[in-house]
Amino acid sequence: MRYIEPHGHMVSRTTDDYQAMALAGCKAICEPAFWAGFDRKSADGFHDYFCQLTQHEPRRALKYGLPHFAWLCINPKESEDMGLAKEVMALIPEFLKAPNVLGIGEIGLNKNTRNELKIFEAHVDLAVQHNQMILVHTPHLEDKRKGTRLIIDALKAHGKVQPGRVIIDHVEEHTMAEALDQGYWAGITLYPESKASPQRAVDMIETISAQRVWLNSACDWGHSDPLSVPKAAIEMRRRGHSSAAIDRLVYGNPLEFLSQSPKFILPEA
Amino acid sequence: MSKPPSSSNTPSRSRDEVTDAHFMETRAKLLDLAAFLDRLERAVGADDHRVRGLRAALPILLEKDPARVAKILNLWSDPTTAPIEKSDTKAASGVWPKIK
Ligand SMILES: [Zn+2]
Repeated sequence: MRYIEPHGHMVSRTTDDYQAMALAGCKAICEPAFWAGFDRKSADGFHDYFCQLTQHEPRRALKYGLPHFAWLCINPKESEDMGLAKEVMALIPEFLKAPNVLGIGEIGLNKNTRNELKIFEAHVDLAVQHNQMILVHTPHLEDKRKGTRLIIDALKAHGKVQPGRVIIDHVEEHTMAEALDQGYWAGITLYPESKASPQRAVDMIETISAQRVWLNSACDWGHSDPLSVPKAAIEMRRRGHSSAAIDRLVYGNPLEFLSQSPKFILPEA
Repeated sequence: MSKPPSSSNTPSRSRDEVTDAHFMETRAKLLDLAAFLDRLERAVGADDHRVRGLRAALPILLEKDPARVAKILNLWSDPTTAPIEKSDTKAASGVWPKIK
């Protein structure tokens, strides 16, 4: 089996996880910028984080033969302080030149506040100005449906966003079709509790769509499983899906989306 | 017997096959749910919005509609549409706090 982990927060994971992912058939890892579990107090903290994502983490991944790519932004949980958010966003254009940066993400909403939405819109504009792809984080749990709709409205309202270059991540049964119907890609996140299980993810693939969809583990410092994508592949196999269908979903689909960035080049492709 | 929903992505399989694959894990989850409700009964105080949401979702399990998961997620979702001014928490709780 081969697969791509299109959304993993590897700065929070151990080298054992890199090894396990490589052993399971992982061929590349993409790491969006996110919340560290606490609020950073200054733009300098984000500068160091962006250095970690563009310099240190790719070297760590390479020890396991894994190409490492990154997405940059200030995440919605830290966007309430708009002064800080604008300072951090001013750092991003320089880092977009790094060879492993694929786009702007994971931007989006958390509690669906006005300030979060303003900073989301500013990121979308930054992405369009720099011709970058966009990775969207949709809110958690009871805030997801409302947040997904606000996000899709804002993307449409911008007027210059190409939906095929945007992935709406963390979709669930009540938001997936909405994202796909508007031409966006959809990401299903496999979490032990708060998002989808491998079983539910495969149900969504079977009943909603297997096109323009990727699976990811979003493994981070919380309760998460860096091997959940290959576990979903096993779930597909035991339900009788063909090897070709599995390969298309866990390798071909992320490859197709991510290859829209000229920087996403895999050694064996 | 009702016909399965048509989807080109679903390999054909019998109900027995699905049951063989997923019954035991589902049985265990149902017992965990029952045990959680029992544990609540032994504790003092009233149900908060999360437990009210959980109880409100139970009848959906018995409906014939195959979109049970989406229905439950929608039931627990914030139904409002405008962004809020400010949030007093960063975290979501799992059920919209103002659920009836
Ligand atoms: Zn993430």
